[in-house]
Amino acid sequence: METPVQDYLKTPEVMDESLDSQMTISMGPQHPSTHGVLRLELILDGEMVVKAKPDIGYLHTGMEKLFEYKKYQQGIVITDRMDYLNPLGNNLAYVMAAEKLLQIEIPPRAQIIRVLMCELQRIASHMVWLGTHALDIGAMSPFFFCFRQREKILNLIEAASGGRMTPSYFRIGGLMMDLPAGFDRRVKQFLEDFPAAMDELETLVSENTIWQSRTKEIGYISKEDAIDWGLTGPCLRGCGVELDLRKHNPYTGYETYDFEIPVETDGDVWARFRVRMRELYESAKIVRQALGRLKPGPTKADAPKVVLPDRDDMRKHMDSLIHHFLIVAEGFNVPEGEVYMPIEASKGELGVYMKSNGGPKPDRVHFRGPSFVNLSALPDMSEGELIADVVAIIGSLDIVLGEIDR
Amino acid sequence: MSTEFAREAIEKLRTGNENLVADVKDALGEYTATVPASSIVEVCEKLKNEHGFDLLADLCGCDRGPEDDPRFEVNYHLFSTEHYNRVRLKVLLSEDSPNVDTVTTVWKTANWHERETYDLVGIIFNGHPDLRRILLPSDFDGHALRKDYPLRGYEPYSLT
Repeated sequence: METPVQDYLKTPEVMDESLDSQMTISMGPQHPSTHGVLRLELILDGEMVVKAKPDIGYLHTGMEKLFEYKKYQQGIVITDRMDYLNPLGNNLAYVMAAEKLLQIEIPPRAQIIRVLMCELQRIASHMVWLGTHALDIGAMSPFFFCFRQREKILNLIEAASGGRMTPSYFRIGGLMMDLPAGFDRRVKQFLEDFPAAMDELETLVSENTIWQSRTKEIGYISKEDAIDWGLTGPCLRGCGVELDLRKHNPYTGYETYDFEIPVETDGDVWARFRVRMRELYESAKIVRQALGRLKPGPTKADAPKVVLPDRDDMRKHMDSLIHHFLIVAEGFNVPEGEVYMPIEASKGELGVYMKSNGGPKPDRVHFRGPSFVNLSALPDMSEGELIADVVAIIGSLDIVLGEIDR
Repeated sequence: MSTEFAREAIEKLRTGNENLVADVKDALGEYTATVPASSIVEVCEKLKNEHGFDLLADLCGCDRGPEDDPRFEVNYHLFSTEHYNRVRLKVLLSEDSPNVDTVTTVWKTANWHERETYDLVGIIFNGHPDLRRILLPSDFDGHALRKDYPLRGYEPYSLT
């Protein structure tokens, strides 16, 4: 029986005929350091990578097609499952695209909570990155230290939204519900413990000479190439380009927060590692500021045709009950138009292109996942490196295959 | 975000050659220029080299539905890492010849975006170095994001 293996190289491209040491190996899709189901076709000359070809699509589930068959508010739960390490970022990009089409104003408290939750999620996402990156290179213990911190954040997200990995906390027009009582105390507790945890990680990882020799001058990409390949986020900032959409295309009130953009100029795995480590401190800084700004107030916009009413209102007011029924049963119509809503997710620019034809379902939703674009630059970074370093380079790109394959 | 910069850049392009840009639209804080398929590469090169739009943020295809003519859209979202402005270019393509020249010569990142657009919407990018399916298997039938493609496919897909 012939198995249709997709895109198999018909004739192996031999770079140098005289070298008989050249061989092709298939790394993945079950390789643990490919962070999901990524297959890399590597042509090796001894231990050196001559050519690398990423093969993706193993996790493709047709999410962009599914959006067209779901109402706007139903699409939020699909976004959770794309970049499953940064679901709140995906929620934010999606709901903000819809809000831009609807032209809804979000109350300040909801904006602050969005920033607070997104930055907590960014810390959690970077913790998974650091843990798995270290695990790939061969350091076992940072993984446990990182996941302990991540667990605390997932508990916070669970307290607010009820879901750990799939919160769907942001809704079109505001939030699912307000923060639970005592939430700020728990976040404060986390922030108090966080610097000590970071010190531990810096000692364990950054100051480790084996780690430094495994990451420095590996996977180099120049500034010009990085822009040409469309890299964004920490990968681009590791090449010396100061670009952070939170500062340069601000959204959700990020322009009012005081934080710095970490930039490193080396363009190698170590630089990308340093950028993310420094970002963790900045995120904690933003969380602290957001926490200080939390004032009581509404968390949902005043748009009864779009935002689900409170349960209490539904019991008392006839019109709230009618709106609730209509939103759930028929959805709401979104004015015709198209928007591209970019945000700074934990991995780079997450852009949502949303097109509406005036009905209750979107005409087209396209996600520009940062992992998808960053991975496409992998051959450029890994050709000429040793095969063991390819693992380090994949780790430094911080890819999530759920977002790449969608 | 202001659309001032994008408008100026597109207007400068139009004064140079009237046929480079067919139509412009300024809505919801985003500036869209509709470009004829024949001049997309030239417009992209000029915007990149002369106006600083050096990063192709996104490229995506869109199907308006089988009744519409032109049926397909390709959207290019350009961004500048110097002055942080955005502009959207739009190419309209008819169902009979969904062909447009590749912009992989301008940005390397267009490679995977164009492969994805070919895979899901079925737009052919002339001159693309490696126009294969990227997300779906190579023996997949049809283009899944077209409006006339059923949500559940024509038949259950199996690997055997």
